[in-house]
Amino acid sequence: MYRLSVNQRAALLSVVMLVVGLLLWEAAIPAQKAVGELTEYEILTGAGAPKAGVPPPSQVIVKAWEQLSDPFYDAGPNDKGIGIQIGYSIYRVLTGYFLAALVAIPFGFLIGMSQVAYKAFNPFIQVLRPISPLAWMPLALFIIGDSEASAIFVIFICSIWPMLINTAFGVAGVREDWVNVARTHELGPFKTAFTVILPAAAPTIVTGMRISIGIAWLVIVAAEMLVGGTGIGYYVWNEWNNLDLTSVVFSILMIGVVGMMLDAVFGLLQRRVTYVE
Amino acid sequence: MKPYLSIEKLTQRFPDGAGGELTVFEDASFGVEKGEFVVILGHSGCGKSTIMNILAGLAEPTSGAVIMDGTEVKGPSLDRGVVFQNYSLLPWLSTLKNVTFGVKARYPDWSKAKVEGHATEFLAMVGLEGDVIHRKPSQLSGGMRQRVSIARAFANHPKLLLLDEPFGALDALTRGTIQDELLKIWGQMEQTVFMITHDIDEAILLADRILLMTNGPHARVAESVEITIPRPRNRTEIVEHPNYYAIRNHLVQFLGKRSKELSGQPSEPGQTNRPETVRIDKTETPDDPEDKRPALRAVNT
Repeated sequence: MYRLSVNQRAALLSVVMLVVGLLLWEAAIPAQKAVGELTEYEILTGAGAPKAGVPPPSQVIVKAWEQLSDPFYDAGPNDKGIGIQIGYSIYRVLTGYFLAALVAIPFGFLIGMSQVAYKAFNPFIQVLRPISPLAWMPLALFIIGDSEASAIFVIFICSIWPMLINTAFGVAGVREDWVNVARTHELGPFKTAFTVILPAAAPTIVTGMRISIGIAWLVIVAAEMLVGGTGIGYYVWNEWNNLDLTSVVFSILMIGVVGMMLDAVFGLLQRRVTYVE
Repeated sequence: MKPYLSIEKLTQRFPDGAGGELTVFEDASFGVEKGEFVVILGHSGCGKSTIMNILAGLAEPTSGAVIMDGTEVKGPSLDRGVVFQNYSLLPWLSTLKNVTFGVKARYPDWSKAKVEGHATEFLAMVGLEGDVIHRKPSQLSGGMRQRVSIARAFANHPKLLLLDEPFGALDALTRGTIQDELLKIWGQMEQTVFMITHDIDEAILLADRILLMTNGPHARVAESVEITIPRPRNRTEIVEHPNYYAIRNHLVQFLGKRSKELSGQPSEPGQTNRPETVRIDKTETPDDPEDKRPALRAVNT
């Protein structure tokens, strides 16, 4: 028997688990009764019509093929391709997220630099942070008045906390020695911030950014279910209303895949800024 | 005439946590001449590091002043380079970048090529050449990291170089090699150096003069011992010099016994507290009658 590396063995095991899992799922779904086997009474009461049920994986794969081969079709407000829906969701997430980063990182920097500011802002952050972002929705809808902007606001408010807290924490924890190196080299406050404190705190800041993008992607689905119109969250809810569970299962998988890709981008960024002491 | 670096009536007090005050050292006064290599020796807790931080401008004394080249020291400056015990290299920058970081701060109008050339030259002076200079500090041994730190400090040509127990974290063999590197680079540069250590042999090898501190609290600089061994020095040869053990014994006696006896005396008003100069030289005229008495001769200045 030839030897496989750890990665090869793990990959093999993953494939086995996937196949076994899909087979079990397929076997667990009861087949629809054929029309010929029904009694007259059953036909008359409408039991012959296809029943909604959890789809077997084979149907989901067919659906996925169908959807992914034409992801950007647009046949009216309630019938858009999966690519368009995901595109809307990503657009909302990134807009809210970058607005949050624009506020949280500079603000976190200032809080991290000053112990007084850190302690003064901490109680507010601790109260605002655990609020479910969706709880802001009614207030946002009332004040902003626009559902699109409200969805972006909800993303903004949920992404801001991990970035703010991690930035402040990272900046406050920069080693005194490195700051002293900057001081003995007569670097000004801006130069110190950009050449010493920012690279020193970068791993912590990027960790916060990575947590934020994960939360933003979780929240957008719920937010779009509420505001409706477009987006992957709206798509899931719309397919549920259509009782098209195959599409629901397919879109659930797509949410997972996109979330994984967003995380991978920040994972890459994190590797770039990490340093060993 | 005032020395190049003059420390005048420096006092440091901290709150002791029980409402009172803890005087670390009081009215410490001494001078360092241009181009001199001065080492300060003392037990931990006597405030050596505090003096170092005040000289670097990273800490403020409770009272007293430091005057360098005619101007009072206020805050950190590129004129005073520091080599910290824990190297203080920036771990996200390569070795070369760590040195150019300093050179760029010192000479902002130099071109990139000139900055890199200068940095490479100083890294070569401490024996770091070739591929090594593109590695990150985490990929270097402790000894190599401290060399980078020394190169960074020397490359900036500070008026005063402060070394805060630079070899404290290194093993004895590595320490020896880097002491040699330091002597070599210092010999080429005529750099004024002020260094903290608690290694007696290291102090004798490197210093022109050793300042001895009594134990804290109320520590003071009690003696200034001249090292009467000619340069260039070499670790294997200086032990053969007749003055070596005489000086070493004097230092050991001081640190072992007298630093305790002399400690804890609050200074009286009007007392200058300048260290007593001690010169031990066995090679001087042997018919000197004083030489028959103890092997040391104290001269008050």
